[in-house]
Amino acid sequence: MHELGITQSVVDAVLDAVTEPRVTRLELEIGKLSGVVPDSVRFCFDLVVTGTALEGARLDIVTPTGSGRCRDCDQRLVLEDQLAVCDCGSPDVEVLSGRELRIRAVDVESGTVAS
Amino acid sequence: MCATCGCGDERGVRVGARDAADTREESGSPDHRYGGHSHDHDHPHDHDHSHEDGVHAPDDSETAVPEQDGVTRRVELEREVLAKNDTLAERNRQWLTERGVLALNLMSSPGAGKTTLLERTLAGSASSVPLAVIEGDQETLRDSERLRRAGADVVQINTGAGCHLDAEMVGSALRSLRPAPGSVVLVENVGNLVCPALFDLGEYAKVVIAAVTEGEDKPLKYPNMFAHTDLVLLNKTDLLPHLSFEVDRFAEYARRINPGVEILPVSATTGEGLSAWYDWLAGHVSSPLHQGV
Ligand SMILES: Nc1nc2c(ncn2[C@@H]2O[C@H](COP(=O)(O)OP(=O)(O)O)[C@@H](O)[C@H]2O)c(=O)[nH]1
Ligand SMILES: [Mg+2]
Ligand SMILES: [Zn+2]
Ligand SMILES: [Zn+2]
Ligand SMILES: [Zn+2]
Repeated sequence: MHELGITQSVVDAVLDAVTEPRVTRLELEIGKLSGVVPDSVRFCFDLVVTGTALEGARLDIVTPTGSGRCRDCDQRLVLEDQLAVCDCGSPDVEVLSGRELRIRAVDVESGTVAS
Repeated sequence: MCATCGCGDERGVRVGARDAADTREESGSPDHRYGGHSHDHDHPHDHDHSHEDGVHAPDDSETAVPEQDGVTRRVELEREVLAKNDTLAERNRQWLTERGVLALNLMSSPGAGKTTLLERTLAGSASSVPLAVIEGDQETLRDSERLRRAGADVVQINTGAGCHLDAEMVGSALRSLRPAPGSVVLVENVGNLVCPALFDLGEYAKVVIAAVTEGEDKPLKYPNMFAHTDLVLLNKTDLLPHLSFEVDRFAEYARRINPGVEILPVSATTGEGLSAWYDWLAGHVSSPLHQGV
């Protein structure tokens, strides 16, 4: 259950940023190389939001694949995990993206529609 | 903590006073910044995830759909989840740099030998480098008592159900510890190879301790932990004759994740290989690799 702390950080950050009494949806970005397991976040989410403005909110998780660059031949690579080996045989791949752990947006309930 | 899911509230965190004994009185000390260990959440455990679909195309979220009684609208946040921790970690880093103190973040699975290694290090390298310890554990002061007996200034952080240290806990522990200028603070993280990799503490360097009893493929199973470490101590080498563990294969796996990472085979119980670790410590004290700030 190591995603509990992460999920708590997510919920804290949302509660810091949002003043509306009710959040109905949360959109998270969890990169494939972040080391965070989306299913575990989902499991922890229900526990962490109990009694907060996020209780009952829908959780949408986007999981972008990573990208990298081979330090030996400069080729660009798509990374599904940390264990990438370049076509040229080199394991020396610089990770360019895929470690995202970001709160993209929330849907909040309010009496008025934003302009 | 909750037996069903292992969860706990963050208020379970307790930072002890410098040299606190296990008398529970430390909860009233001025350094105690986290409130009591009240853990009376009684949430239901009926995780009926109603949105199994998970990933939604970004465009389906552009339209705010009225739900329930009110009107919903989308608020773009675009926030890094760890931004707050990273800010506090940077503050710790600055605090440490101003005092010329090197902090090391020691991470491993439970039982890999962090505390044993610290005990040994306190005894073995004390003459060359002044050391102090921040000891992270979910419960009990056992390990900090072991280390205090070994002669160190120790501050204990009990994380309650929390499975890692974060920058806020360590900042508070540092102020309680008041490490001497020019010293090294060894931070024993909670035994866990998953989330400690994500939480910067403001340390100068990360050290992963892996034991030969854990198998050669540890780096492949916990790539995030190995990807960001500055040093790997491969512990319990005294047990190698009893195992089919190939050090070269472990090194190959570790370097597949982190090319060029330094790996030092050691035995915290027999002391084999530890002089290389003490040299590493002393070398970084006299000429730090990366100067914070
Ligand atoms: N054989 C052997 N046992 C060790 C070594 N280092 C630690 N241990 C044992 O491993 C167990 C866990 O050690 P400990 O230091 O408490 O691990 P921690 O959870 O990482 O702090 C203890 O029984 C230690 O005696 C070592 O180098 N060799
Ligand atoms: Mg220990
Ligand atoms: Zn290549
Ligand atoms: Zn629970
Ligand atoms: Zn954790």
